[in-house]
Amino acid sequence: MSIASRQVSARLAAGESILRMSEAEAEVVEGVIDPEDETMIMNMGPQHPSTHGVLRILLELNGENVLRSKPIIGYLHTGMEKTAESLTYVQGATNVTRMDYASPLFNELAFSLAVEQLLGIEIPERATWIRMMMTELNRMASHLLFLASNGMDLGAVGMMLYGWKEREEILRFFETVTGLRMNHNYIRPGGVAADLPDGWEDGVARILVALPKRLEEFDTLMTGQPIWRDRTQGVGLITTPEAVALGATGPILRSTGAAWDLRRDQPYLAYDQVDFDVVVGTYGDTFDRYAIRLNEIRESMRIVEQCLEMMPTGDYRTQDPKVTPPPRARIDESMEALIHHFKIFTEGFHVPEGEAYAAVESPRGELGCYIVSDGSPKPLRMHIRAPSFVNLQTVPHMLTGGMIADAVAIISSVDPIMGEVDR
Amino acid sequence: MSDWRSKVGMADGLESLNHNFLTSNIEELVKWARRRSLMPATFGLACCAIEMMATGAAHYDLARFGMETFRASPRQADLMIVAGRVSQKMAPVLRTIYDQMMEPKWVISMGVCASSGGMFNNYAIVQGVDQVVPVDVYAPGCPPGPETLLHAILTVHELIRTGELTRRRDSAGGGAGIHLEIEAGPTPVAVRPGGGR
Amino acid sequence: MTEEPQVVPEEVAAETPSDVPDHGVPRTGEGHQVALYPTAGEYLDLIERLYDEGYVMCVDLLGVDYLEYPDRKLPEGVTPGRFEVVVNLVDLEAHRRIRVRVQLPGDDPRLPTLTHLHPGTEAMERETYDMFGVVFEGHPDLTRILLPEDWEGHPLRKDFSLGRIPVQFKNPVQGGDR
Repeated sequence: MSIASRQVSARLAAGESILRMSEAEAEVVEGVIDPEDETMIMNMGPQHPSTHGVLRILLELNGENVLRSKPIIGYLHTGMEKTAESLTYVQGATNVTRMDYASPLFNELAFSLAVEQLLGIEIPERATWIRMMMTELNRMASHLLFLASNGMDLGAVGMMLYGWKEREEILRFFETVTGLRMNHNYIRPGGVAADLPDGWEDGVARILVALPKRLEEFDTLMTGQPIWRDRTQGVGLITTPEAVALGATGPILRSTGAAWDLRRDQPYLAYDQVDFDVVVGTYGDTFDRYAIRLNEIRESMRIVEQCLEMMPTGDYRTQDPKVTPPPRARIDESMEALIHHFKIFTEGFHVPEGEAYAAVESPRGELGCYIVSDGSPKPLRMHIRAPSFVNLQTVPHMLTGGMIADAVAIISSVDPIMGEVDR
Repeated sequence: MSDWRSKVGMADGLESLNHNFLTSNIEELVKWARRRSLMPATFGLACCAIEMMATGAAHYDLARFGMETFRASPRQADLMIVAGRVSQKMAPVLRTIYDQMMEPKWVISMGVCASSGGMFNNYAIVQGVDQVVPVDVYAPGCPPGPETLLHAILTVHELIRTGELTRRRDSAGGGAGIHLEIEAGPTPVAVRPGGGR
Repeated sequence: MTEEPQVVPEEVAAETPSDVPDHGVPRTGEGHQVALYPTAGEYLDLIERLYDEGYVMCVDLLGVDYLEYPDRKLPEGVTPGRFEVVVNLVDLEAHRRIRVRVQLPGDDPRLPTLTHLHPGTEAMERETYDMFGVVFEGHPDLTRILLPEDWEGHPLRKDFSLGRIPVQFKNPVQGGDR
């Protein structure tokens, strides 16, 4: 099967499913039934009961059927890319971590990888494995959030509580390691902020022991249930050429059958040294996306188990003095150490001129960071390629032809995080 | 019809209520009922929304305070927890939702972005949600953990318990004292300093 | 269209791998960081040729404002412009990446749209227009996407200030003995 075609691109670009109407126009005609073709423009959001943040969708409806739609974003625009130009590279991780706030370590990882590419430094093995383990745990936490909110959106309200309970275990582990439950600022250029504390193996083991049984319960609660299957199977279909043309990556692309996962196809960190499978769907519908994320939790558990066994000893960050401040104890003894520490934390470290793009596989798709450096301690341009921003473009094509109730299921299955959509 | 009201000292409705021994127990009952079943309005915007959901979830459990029902419709809510950063595009929406809530209503500004703009001191973020709505309790943190949010909620409960029965905000000097004019269309809210809510 | 032979400087030619074919435009980088530098006129043609070669997914399209860094390093034959549009493409079957960097002038930056070929660039081009003011000719709906529709100015340009509100201290400390 060919994965791309110009005809598909042209058809999608013609935009029969996209309602191209400006917000000002929509305000006038909203809620008014057009007498000629009996269609109505209805607004969904930006404040609505589902948990997907401030996303606004304009729907053109004929009764309950959705004809065309348009996602309107920008309600969470924070000017983070502009802010990044005024923060040093040491501070940069605090900014990017708040973009995809359901999986903050991935943002930090993409940013750090791009900076390390520009710096041309190698980071120690232990730092790499710590990063890998922490990001896989974060993937599990993000997918549990998806299962919880997806379940609640589709009516399995108890799922909300079950998903959050498991997530609490992971967040508690994060708190012992990074100090924060969310927005950790842990993965920084040069390594990680602090070493794993003593007894971390028990914390991870506790999660790995408790989770498989829970996933079985979620399976029973949702996958095996006829109402769930009716609401999600065959709903929100998308094909591989359509997903590729729209730039969709992550579970959306994998649900169509295309096995594209950056961890395997363009490995970063130490993914080429661990064993895991890439979960792929068949039909490209909502059920496939749900099942992929459920099984990705299992794959992530496999990777974390291997990290637990194979965690190397060593430094948790590079010892390169240009990038790393001296150990805290030395600051009391040596004036040079104090000045060194001061310079790194106030002025920042200088990054050689150039531009680099680094991409990681976040729970939503390809999360990339493009940095342009002019030799100063602050980036000239920092851009995050947010997977949800691009994935949201598949929404009009998936909503067309369905009903409003399906719209909730479909938007939930795309799993957008508005922080990274709007940045 | 207003005769009986002036007889009990309520000529202008609840606002002119004379506190006396007859009304005190009823006032206590009303305040108890209000704080024991606050209904939060869902206004989760960004990262703080995730922590707000965690507070409502099983581990930190808002249900023990009677608050697990997050009402999507502002007409049915009395507590608005502004959780997350408010952008220029979102500010009019925030004000509209606040205006749709019925009195008495309270606002918790959750997180530093809602309280003061947080780490985002730039063109895109409203520097403190009290520029748009009057705030009762500010919960700091980025994001505030569930314990901090619970503390903020319990502070609101305390405010309700010890506060005036009606929201006599102006005389108590509460609120930001901002008067707003909302223009039609997708434009930011025009803010004019002045009295009133 | 006559193609002038583009001179690739010595040190760059040494590192480019031989399996990446020559596209007739200057090139830098290696591995996943290969960058091509067409002019605005060659841009659409190059993207179409790359599509036929297998770079079928456009993962990212962004703008950069080089107002404060005009003397950046560019390969021979590339005239710097104030704005740059960077397009990141991925070849899913051969697992390759490539990016395309186009220089644009400061006043009236325009480029042809890619939406007919990569419909996913619709939102990305809108964002670049919103943040930088680059106009994409032929785009079906070139309106603001992140900022309110009637916002004035393009925030990611270097001459648009961040909009910081300075901290106001209520009681400035005088002498101070505590």
